[in-house]
Order: sequence, then structure tokens, then C-alpha cells
Amino acid sequence: MAWFKRSQANIQSENPKKEMPDGMWTKCGGCGEIIHRKQLEQELWTCSKCQYHFRIGSKEYFSFLLDAGSFKEMDKKMRSMDPLQFTDSKPYSRRIDETIKKTGLMDAVRTGRGTIDQRPVVIACMDFAFIGGSMGSVVGEKISRAIDAARKHKHPLIIISSSGGARMMEGALSLMQLAKTSAKLAELAESHVPFISVMTDPTTGGVTASFAMLGDIHIAEPQALIGFAGPRVIRQTIGKDLPKGFQRSEFLQEKGFVDIIVHRREMREQISRVLQHLHS
Amino acid sequence: MAKVILDFERPIFELEQKIVEMRKYSDNLDIAHEIKSLEQRVDQLRRSVYNNLTRWQRVQLARHPDRPYTLDYIGMLLTDFVELHGDRHQGDDKAIVGGFGTLGHQTVLMLGHQKGRDTKSNIYRNFGMMNPEGYRKALRLMQLAAKFNRPVITLLDTPGAFPGLEAEERGQAEAIARNLFVMSRLPVPIIVVIIGEGASGGALGIGIGDRILMFENSWYSVIAPESCSSILWRSWDYKEQAAEALRLTAPDLIEQGIVDRIVPEPLGGAHRLPDVAGATLKSILIEELTKLKKIPVPKLLQKRVEKFAAMGAWKE
Repeated sequence: MAWFKRSQANIQSENPKKEMPDGMWTKCGGCGEIIHRKQLEQELWTCSKCQYHFRIGSKEYFSFLLDAGSFKEMDKKMRSMDPLQFTDSKPYSRRIDETIKKTGLMDAVRTGRGTIDQRPVVIACMDFAFIGGSMGSVVGEKISRAIDAARKHKHPLIIISSSGGARMMEGALSLMQLAKTSAKLAELAESHVPFISVMTDPTTGGVTASFAMLGDIHIAEPQALIGFAGPRVIRQTIGKDLPKGFQRSEFLQEKGFVDIIVHRREMREQISRVLQHLHS
Repeated sequence: MAKVILDFERPIFELEQKIVEMRKYSDNLDIAHEIKSLEQRVDQLRRSVYNNLTRWQRVQLARHPDRPYTLDYIGMLLTDFVELHGDRHQGDDKAIVGGFGTLGHQTVLMLGHQKGRDTKSNIYRNFGMMNPEGYRKALRLMQLAAKFNRPVITLLDTPGAFPGLEAEERGQAEAIARNLFVMSRLPVPIIVVIIGEGASGGALGIGIGDRILMFENSWYSVIAPESCSSILWRSWDYKEQAAEALRLTAPDLIEQGIVDRIVPEPLGGAHRLPDVAGATLKSILIEELTKLKKIPVPKLLQKRVEKFAAMGAWKE
């Protein structure tokens, strides 16, 4: 026995961190296969052996979903204000500055207009790399403006989600972004403009409990974690291990909350097909 | 006297006890003067404690086990109440109660989270933590109210949506999202009152409305201070700091532009004089409803969306 003991266990993350290393070779998070960067890019950051989907950001999604050169970014400069002067281990304002520097992103979502097979769309894509894809005022406002743009121009809306939930450092204001984006989507629904929600790994918390689950069509990437509460919290609540595949895309489809599970390689084609059916 | 004494209330409680004891002997001894001065002291102490509460102390008051719950307010505010049950799909979630009743001279739908007072009733009520069928029950009742043109009043008091296995299977996130979506366009006036704990999506799931009211000693935020502490400080011990950082009290939320009006409580909290808290809420609700009912529905809905659209802080 150790001569000292933790009174409480530290929080452990569910899975080891999956981040894209900068080197030429990358180890697959699914089967351990070593993949060359060029090949990974060609396969849209999926493993050709086990179909594992690597976590990628808005830059990558825009690159293969939209017609080349068609993307026009909206609200490029919007950034957070630290309304509560929030400080935990470091001040929120410093956390924001450092994350902007580290990621080259202004916040956890990028929005804009573009075309898919010449069809104009409004698109938003979250970046998990920016404070866990958390939704604060900036994410809420940019998504809301994207919804407004879709409504104004009558262009279909596509939102690609990856998020740990609402951003704690903006307190109740973050919570209100759930209300704000959902209210905007209710307005959009009244004008019969389609909204496709694409859920990627992971989509949890406040994002799932608002716009991600309010699509006309729900698309999920294979094996993505999708849910309200995180697995760790649920395990603590029920005091039992969770069944295999719990809260994964295939589980959600089985339970009736996802329309189609689409491999990243087929994502563009499948979205295009859905839009053709709903909006031509 | 309150059954449960919070740590910061202890000095008040001790003085109150002393006065009670002295009264017992006051027939034989001439101590009326001492009693009076003690009463003045306790009065002063009450004021200095309750008018200078920290945010964490307010969280403790919001969770006080003697605090009035939804069914208590329904009992105090409404006559001819008819409780309705079930979501017509899965079952009847006991963590939320709702039904039609008469407020003043009008029928309203009142619904809210319901906690229990002891272990048995808390298990029955699932500690006020709703499952998806609870949100769908609320949705069914609200759509019923809209159909018959009755205003909706929701009372928020939950430590959060239930993080259980079946809750996920049945679509907890979808159920909450659906309520936000429908409530933002529900064509009748909606008043939301945070009566105790307003924890995250679990509270917001019945929290979209035209007027957001908040009891003086309630809290409302994106996460409970303990959970915030465990995630950001990686320990459960920083709940006081987390409560401060989250700015989760009624005055804080007025400042953030989220809450419209504070419902004042008797000194020491709503549980000290529940009847007074109930009467205050009743008169405020009637006043607010009268104003809301004058607004034409399209305008009401437009203002409702604009209200939430304005929330947030950003720069460009």
C-alpha cells in the first residue's frame, strides 16, 4: 500500500488524446496502423484499413465538402469578450488569447457561404481544437447569423458539430446560446429551408441539446460519440460499466435519433443528394 | 424555526435559541429588558448575514430542504388545480408536475420541476432530475395550453437533467432541444420563474419565455458550482470559487441581460415565510401576465426570439 492516498480521484479523460501530430507519419487511433500524411489526406483523414475517422477541423471539412474556391467566410473577426471576468487556473481572457495563437482560429466555429456541386449553401463547422469545441457567445452568435443568412437567401444550412458542450467560462450566457440557436432554427423551419446537421466525434452536452439535434436530416460519421451527458458522468450515476457502443453513432441510429451514418469519403456526395431531394 | 440550519446561519440560530430559553424563565425573573436587547441583536445579525450573502451561500439557500417547491407554489397560487400526467409515449415523469389551474381570474398552465422532501419522496421524484419523457410531458402540456389559448408559467428547480443510461437511449438531448425549438414559437405568453436551482440544459429545457423571473435566493447557470470545480479545478473543493466565478445569482443574471425581474424573498429565504413568498409571486405573475396578454401574438413571438438573440457578449 502506498504511504499516501488521493482522497479523490482526478478526472481522467475517456480516451487518450487524439490530436493530429505534425510529423509525416501518424498512428491510427483505431487499429494502430502507421499512415503517411499524404495518404491520410487522400483518405480524408480516415484509416483505409479500419475506417477510423480522425478528428479534423473546419479547414479540412470545408476543403472536401465545398466546391474548390467557393468558400466565403462570414464574421471572420468575431471573438469572445470574457463577460464574467472568469478565472480558474488562468484568466479566461488569457486562455482565449493563447488558444487563438495556438490554433490560428478565432473561436470554436467558422461559418460562411459556398457551393456544393454548384448549389449554394450556408455552412458552419465547429473546431474541437478550440477549448474543446465549447459553445460560448461567439459560437452562438455566429451560428445564429449563419441561420439568418440561410433564411434570407433561402440557401440550405449545413452545420458540422464537434463539441464538448457549453463553455463554462461564460456561465449562464453560454447556456443561453442553446436557446438562441434553437429559436433561430425554429424561424428557419417556418421558411422551409432545409437544415442538415452533421455530427462528428464528439458531439455532446449543450450542442447536442440544441442545434445538433434539430436538423431536418441527421447525419453522423461512423463511431462518433454523440450524447447529452458524458460517459464518465453516466457511469458514476449508475455505478455500472456502459454497454459496448453506447452513445456511438450506430447506437443513436438504432434508437432513432440519426437518419444516416455516412463515411467521410461519401459525405459530400450524400449531402448533395439529400439537398437535391429537399431543395431543387 | 427552520429545521435545517446552514453553517452561516448558526450564530443567528444560537441567539434565537437563547431568546426562547430566556422566555421560559421570564415569568419568574425580570429579564424583559435583556430579551428585548437580544431580539434587537438577532435582528441586526439577520440583516447583516442575509444582506451580505456570498454566491455560494445563496446556492445553499436555493437548495434549502425546507424551501417551497413547485407543488407548494401551485397550492398557494392556484385554485381548481387539475394535475395532468404523462407524455403519451413513454410514461409519467415524476420529476416534473403540471396542470391547469386558476390564477386570479384566469386559467393558466403551471408546470415545474418537483423535488422530494425526504429520501423516499426524493427517490420518487428522482431528486427533480428529469428524463426525456419529462420534457416530452412538458411539451405535450404546453401544446395543449397553446391549443386552448392559455398562458404558460414554468417553475425551474432542478440540479440538472438526469444523466442516466435510459435517458440517453431515449434521447435526452433531443428532448431538451425540441422543447427549446417549440417553446420559442409557442403562440401563448410564457413566464419562466427560477424558484430554486436552475442547472444547465435540464432547467433551460422548460425555460424559454417572454419574461424570465428569478427568486432572490435562487441560482441559474450553465453548470452547478461543484461540477464546475471538478472540471476546471480538477477537485470538488473549489465550489465557493466556482460559484463566484460563474456569477449565478439573480442580480448577476439581471446584469447579464438574461433575467428580467427579481422576486423578493422574506429575510432568510422563502422557506422562512412561504406564504409571503407565494403571495409576492402571485401578484407579480398576475401583473406580468396582464402586460403580456396585451401584446398581439406575432409581435410576442418576434420579441421572444429577439430577446434570446440579444444574449451574449462578443466583439468584432
